Amino acid sequence: MANTVGVIFSHIGDENLPELSRHRTMASVPFGGRYRLIDFALSNMVNSGITTVGLVTKNNYQSLIDHLGSGKDWDLARKDGGIILLPPYSDETDAPYTTRLEALMGITGFLNHRSEDHVVISDCDGIARMDIADIVRFHEEKGADITMVYHEEAHVDSSYYIILSPDETGRVRELKINPRVKGTCNLYVNVMVMSREFLINTIQDAVTRGFSSFGRDILAKNVDTLKLYAYKFEGYHASVNTIQDYYSHSMRLLDKSVRDELFGARDIYTKIRDSAPSKYLTGASVVNSLISDGCIIEGRVENSILFRGVRVGKGSVVKDSIIMQDTVIGTNVHLGCVITDKNVVIRDNRRLAGCEALPYFVSKGRML
Amino acid sequence: MLRKKECVAMLLAGGQGSRLYALTNHIAKPAVAFGAKYRIIDFPLSNCINSGIDTVGVLTQYEPLELNEYIGNGQPWDLDRAFGGVHILSPYQAKRKSSWFEGTANAIYQNLHFMKKYDPDYILILSGDHIYKMNYAEMLRAHKETGADCTVAAIQVPLRDAPRFGILNTRADGTIYEFEEKPKAPKSDLASMGIYIFTANKLFTYLEKDDADPNSSKDFGKDILPAMLAAGEKLYCYRFKGYWKDVGTIPSLWESNMDLLGEDPAFDVGDADWKIHSRNPLAPPEYIGTGAVVENSMVALGCEIEGTVRNSLLASSVVVEEGAVVEDSVIMAGTVIGRGARVSYSIVDENVVIEENATVGSAKGAGSAIAVLGRNIRIGAGARIEGGKIIDKDYKGE
Repeated sequence: MANTVGVIFSHIGDENLPELSRHRTMASVPFGGRYRLIDFALSNMVNSGITTVGLVTKNNYQSLIDHLGSGKDWDLARKDGGIILLPPYSDETDAPYTTRLEALMGITGFLNHRSEDHVVISDCDGIARMDIADIVRFHEEKGADITMVYHEEAHVDSSYYIILSPDETGRVRELKINPRVKGTCNLYVNVMVMSREFLINTIQDAVTRGFSSFGRDILAKNVDTLKLYAYKFEGYHASVNTIQDYYSHSMRLLDKSVRDELFGARDIYTKIRDSAPSKYLTGASVVNSLISDGCIIEGRVENSILFRGVRVGKGSVVKDSIIMQDTVIGTNVHLGCVITDKNVVIRDNRRLAGCEALPYFVSKGRML
Repeated sequence: MLRKKECVAMLLAGGQGSRLYALTNHIAKPAVAFGAKYRIIDFPLSNCINSGIDTVGVLTQYEPLELNEYIGNGQPWDLDRAFGGVHILSPYQAKRKSSWFEGTANAIYQNLHFMKKYDPDYILILSGDHIYKMNYAEMLRAHKETGADCTVAAIQVPLRDAPRFGILNTRADGTIYEFEEKPKAPKSDLASMGIYIFTANKLFTYLEKDDADPNSSKDFGKDILPAMLAAGEKLYCYRFKGYWKDVGTIPSLWESNMDLLGEDPAFDVGDADWKIHSRNPLAPPEYIGTGAVVENSMVALGCEIEGTVRNSLLASSVVVEEGAVVEDSVIMAGTVIGRGARVSYSIVDENVVIEENATVGSAKGAGSAIAVLGRNIRIGAGARIEGGKIIDKDYKGE
């Protein structure tokens, strides 16, 4: 599928997850023991044959650059294409962009220089294994101007999403931005496909008219005139909008069917750290947990996710928790419903507890 | 810019490792899996890059396919370089004479042009058979300080084991006066580790002389070192203190794997100051199930464990189903251990399927021996493999 170029927004949604994105972009939020959120979007593109991905950044993207390196771990260290970082661009008069549309205006140079027919644009809030090639095929078959990917879901806070109402042919007949609706709805999952030419023309048109919002000014206003199609994604999809989402979606990885769906058929690529395999010492007791490499466990770990290089000391109990990279948990510590960010140190005999609706969050590098 | 490398490493990786039986039916010994995620060759390659040596020739001969693929362009060890880096050197056809590598010295001799391309001052000779962490830069410093023509790394072994090794007999100043290959009555307990640093020109000279000698077996230990000694060249012993293990036999491979376990292991692969680099599996974190017991073990990414694992090493994506027990064993990548099966005191190679209620090996204890299962085979439901057996074909049971 050499005729599609990827564009990933690394920062959209940052404000929803202040705990985890204070020092990083949404794209580099750690997830699932050894991944960053961007790994899903990037791996989906790579597994669909895309070899060029423009990465739109805004601020605090140091951790993202550190994660991606040359792109080789995603097979994206390429002579032609690969990962192309698109930092904010502004001349003396403009402030850096604030909306998606303004960000797109800033990357027209990149889009003009590519030769692919199609562009797939994705945010980093989605956790799914998605075949982009299939979406592009749908887009071509329908002769669509824009194809938006949606997922049918019940019991979600619809106010974080664009809700689509397609007819039986897939054509979008109604589009609501951040509405409050009850029951099952079709959530747009922040992945869309359009032709590169169409995108460039749309951006130019928006510049001359002074538009600022892609959703409101381009999508919502033109539902009747644009050939706007909705592609239904049937697989497992989770979207991270709040720390509660983050917690519950992480915990769903303990379900084998979810793991098989996300990791079973194709690889999800991530940065290689060359950690040793995890060590379980005598007296360790680990049940229903995901353990990443480089951990050394002497205590009890239950219904939890341990990232790389975590240590759990003797007599400690880690329950219903998410423990990020290189966190050191001393001896006789009790944690329940806790999320620790990277490099946290929890001294001996501490007890911390949150609840499922409000996990206790310990920020990066703290010592308790 | 000066197109030169001070030291070039030559890694002998052509050995069959016939004493590893089924484990080396289809791969060279240096490609044998070790320590739940590594392969033996990761250790010398990581030692090279950690010692600042970025030019490595890897000499392959026996079953090179998997080893070549594993090394690839050397990127996992940071050995993908514009000048230098890792290079696979296989036997080749030449205009005047073509031959397989006939001995360790001959293998190096046939690649003189490779070494000379880098205009090196020193050549480091390594083998791909050992598990150890060593800073070759310190050995090189010693080589320069003594002004040696050749420095041989040696480790102290119990005197009763000395007849299994090449033994160095040294003077008080560290110079070697005699080299004895597997002596019946050893005079010293200093065993050669098969690691040599040569001053490049000396090596080239002796390799050429050796090649011209029709009676030579073209081996470093048997021919080159004795010839240099006889000619009065300066040979020094470099004493290495630390963990070093030849993993050329089933028991030593098993023991060396077990040396990684525990809080204060005999050999630590998790040392942040001396990382062991490897080609990493692409797999999610391992899942330890609700009824699982995992104790004193090392488990790699992608494993799914519902059973019991004790005193064992599980490489990536191993499955241990409910009610299965794995104890005192080394299980390589992708192997599935079915419901109710029991694997004791065994080495199981990659992608083996052990069906439900099968028994492999016998409990570790006085008189028991290690069972070995070769790769890609299937052990039928309820089948029984006795301890000490080596199986490399499907086995359905009686």
